[in-house]
Amino acid sequence: MTRPVAVDVEGFGWRHGGRRAWAVRGVDLRVEPGERVLLLGPSGSGKSTLLAGLAGLLSAGDAGEQEGSVRLDGVPAVRARARAGLVLQDPEAALVMARAGDDVAFGLENRGVPTADIWRRVDEALSAVGFPYGRDAATGTLSGGEQQRLALAGILALRPGLLLLDEVTANLDPAGAALVRSVLARVLAETGATAVVVEHRVEQVADLCTRAVVLSAEGGVVEDGSPVEVFARSGAALAAQGVWVPGHTPRVRRAAVSAAGAALVVARSTSFRYPGADRDALAPTDVTLREGEALAVTGSNGSGKSTLALCLAGLLRPSSGTVTAGAALDPPSDRPLWRWRGRELVSRVGTVFQDPEHQFVSATVRAELMVGPLRAGLSRPAAQARADALMERLGLARLAEANPFTLSGGEKRRLSVATAIATAPRVLVTDEPTFGQDALTWAGLVELLAGLRDDGASVVLVTHDEPLVEVLADVRLALAAAAPVPPTYAVSPTLEADRTTIPQENPSDPRESGTGAAR
Amino acid sequence: MTTTRSDVPHIDTTTAVGPAGWRTVDVVVASAIAVAFGVVFWAWGTLWNTTSAAFTAFPPAQGFMYGVWLVPGVLGMLVIRKRGAAIYTELVAAVVSALLGTPWGLSVIVYGLVEGAAPELVFAFALYRSWRLPTVLAAGAAAGVAAALLDLVFYYADWPGTWQLTYGGLLTVSSAVIAGLGSWLLVRALARTGVLATFGAGREQARV
Amino acid sequence: MSVLVPLAPDRDAALARRNPVAKLAAAFVVTAGLLVTLDPVTPAVLLGLEVLAFPLSGVRVGVLLRRAWPLFVGIAGVAVANVVAIGRGEVLADLGPLEVTTGGLGTAASVSLRLLAVTLPGIVVLATTDPMDLADALVQRWRVPARFAYGALAALRLLPLLSSDWHMIARARRARGLDAGRSPVGALRAFAGQVFAVLVAAVRRGGRLAPAMEARGFGATDVERTVARPQPMRAGDWALVAATVAAVLGATAVSVAVGSWRLPFA
Repeated sequence: MTRPVAVDVEGFGWRHGGRRAWAVRGVDLRVEPGERVLLLGPSGSGKSTLLAGLAGLLSAGDAGEQEGSVRLDGVPAVRARARAGLVLQDPEAALVMARAGDDVAFGLENRGVPTADIWRRVDEALSAVGFPYGRDAATGTLSGGEQQRLALAGILALRPGLLLLDEVTANLDPAGAALVRSVLARVLAETGATAVVVEHRVEQVADLCTRAVVLSAEGGVVEDGSPVEVFARSGAALAAQGVWVPGHTPRVRRAAVSAAGAALVVARSTSFRYPGADRDALAPTDVTLREGEALAVTGSNGSGKSTLALCLAGLLRPSSGTVTAGAALDPPSDRPLWRWRGRELVSRVGTVFQDPEHQFVSATVRAELMVGPLRAGLSRPAAQARADALMERLGLARLAEANPFTLSGGEKRRLSVATAIATAPRVLVTDEPTFGQDALTWAGLVELLAGLRDDGASVVLVTHDEPLVEVLADVRLALAAAAPVPPTYAVSPTLEADRTTIPQENPSDPRESGTGAAR
Repeated sequence: MTTTRSDVPHIDTTTAVGPAGWRTVDVVVASAIAVAFGVVFWAWGTLWNTTSAAFTAFPPAQGFMYGVWLVPGVLGMLVIRKRGAAIYTELVAAVVSALLGTPWGLSVIVYGLVEGAAPELVFAFALYRSWRLPTVLAAGAAAGVAAALLDLVFYYADWPGTWQLTYGGLLTVSSAVIAGLGSWLLVRALARTGVLATFGAGREQARV
Repeated sequence: MSVLVPLAPDRDAALARRNPVAKLAAAFVVTAGLLVTLDPVTPAVLLGLEVLAFPLSGVRVGVLLRRAWPLFVGIAGVAVANVVAIGRGEVLADLGPLEVTTGGLGTAASVSLRLLAVTLPGIVVLATTDPMDLADALVQRWRVPARFAYGALAALRLLPLLSSDWHMIARARRARGLDAGRSPVGALRAFAGQVFAVLVAAVRRGGRLAPAMEARGFGATDVERTVARPQPMRAGDWALVAATVAAVLGATAVSVAVGSWRLPFA
């Protein structure tokens, strides 16, 4: 492959168009060819912006303004784009074409590689990342881990001397993330390319890197050395700023497991299949949500976790089976949940969606929090009082008049939880509530959810986040992965009918040995 | 799989400015808006079917339906604010709905071109400098006029003149309201969310 | 939501192998030839030729009818609108305020035949063309700027994502107590709210896709872009265009010969 690249960053700063604050500022950094740098820093320290700058994707104009310089082998990064390859967090956003081979070829076409060489390099790149299917695989139906490996192949085919990895495993389930990491380790070793790595859960990539650099939220590089040294010297300080540091998992009280209360929502043989699909998105599942109990629903991508959450929340009509309310939920009728009116649902079952933006319907944070209470029948002053109290409790008070879409990732997550609990529902269904959160907001969310559970609500956690399950879940329902379907145009999948729920033993808590199906 | 990250940089480069000053992000976002309208048109058709009883009692209903078709061109121009944005967005929206399986086949592409060209002309007459409500209403109305002309040529060439005039007037008014006023309101709301920060429509917002 | 329902899985059909721009050109030749006349003979002749050529498309008739039935409903609506509006010629039936006349029926027949003859090739072209081949051909043969062709093609990949956004937004609104209920006004208001939310998602997704494309060299002006999938105009492609032009001219000639051909509004 190509020669590893030397990086020189001098006094670099960038401010996005329309923003008053600098995304990143005052960064001085020299990276020698072949070094592999782990870039650390709290949320908002501008790690992703710096990577975009290194990739040559930032230049002054409509997009923002720049200070200082970024050079690759002495050439300004904007003119040296071909030497850098940037892999992004969300492979969904990085894939351009509908077929795998065409997607890898896309970059080669843009770089002017002769037609005769394109397909040979496509095949090389696909095999370098261990892509399990051929060129004709449909990119849209790949799993997240497969998509990310394909995105990596699209970059490797261009033979960059500088690899920039922006949280490339953050969106993946644990199995997919592990596979991508092992591919990365091999690729870095084989190419010898210079690398700059940003990763959310640092422990997962620390051993790939030879050097760690810490950016501060106030600007500039504040720490530089081998990963071991940096974690020893500044691990505690980083953890206090919310960075996930190995050995510094946030401490959260583990509430005593109380006796589970009355049944609030009961699902019986609930399954779901999309119209026209030849297999279930959710295989028939039995589960009961009880007062004062936190239920974790785990399983790999495609096992139907999110589908189950929607069914339990009354937002999706199951294809077969039922989801009904127990008497303790004070049901408005004996109809199944999916037939309830919105205003009946909102005061009983709250839902926190994976993407908080899907939930926002108002122009200000305060109005957003008043929507549910008003629909549930509260008076305007009462709804406003409740909104104000929630904002105070969740640290959103200074944002009362801000537009919800303009909040930071952590703030959006807190607001989405707040909107769901504003009506004090007895059941709270959450889909990946801790996704992408730094360690501080993570701990805050866990406290909040534990408090709701301790007050007698039923909390459902659909999640890949194993630490979350460990500190919060009273019961675990592990959904089995569906058999993988090759994403080619001609498929003949077989469905194993008896694979619904598989018990997962956890010796630390005897109650977890029961499956949802058994209860 | 979705992510929400407020710190994802909106990016452009000087090297990447191509024909008529369009950045890659302009092309992709205009196309994404058009693709979103592929979804919106489909849902609108479904909504139309489920509530048709209420609408059929109300004669201008067809004009109402028409206005929604004409939104992408005006909206695309209000977001991107570059030469050709109206024609491009409306055309891509038409192609997307053709791919989604509209029974009308390629004729919708002819419609997309003409219904995008009409508001484009209005914005061009304003030298691509006026984005205020009167201009936008005129652009919406122009799209309605174009749609009516096409319908009259394709389907109703032999109608009596009074019928033709009434039909054209109805479409023009409804499209001024839905495609004009509707797009104007949508873009104002979009700008307040901050997603348009690197586009013309977003730069008028106060810095955050 | 089912999108991109494939009408013709048979990629080896004669028409599926033709260059997309040749097919587009042919479809537009038919459209142009029929737009300039308002008679029943030209479209009837062309429609007959299209039906004869239909097996070349590799599309099965049953599949086509299932996809196209709303077209027939739409054409019927247009036909009725013409019958009731046009009072010319002999009165065949008197239905109170409405009259059915020979002139009205004649126009309705012409317009219906014309719509069928225009839309049938359009549907077949779309059904037999992969969007990516279309973008390749537009760039290579018609010099459409790559930035626009592939920008649109990349955004097309967002379709299933935005469709799923649309459904999640609807569910989230219900979870917040905002479902529309039965009133049309409520339904319209909910619809507008959903349109807004899906547009936010579209702009965000587009804003993320663009830098990912630029990170792979898209949009650079200092490099000549090469092609992975050449889309040459072969002899068969020229033959398709030539045959279509000949068919349109032939149909027009027949119509003129029998004295039926006439300009619209004339």
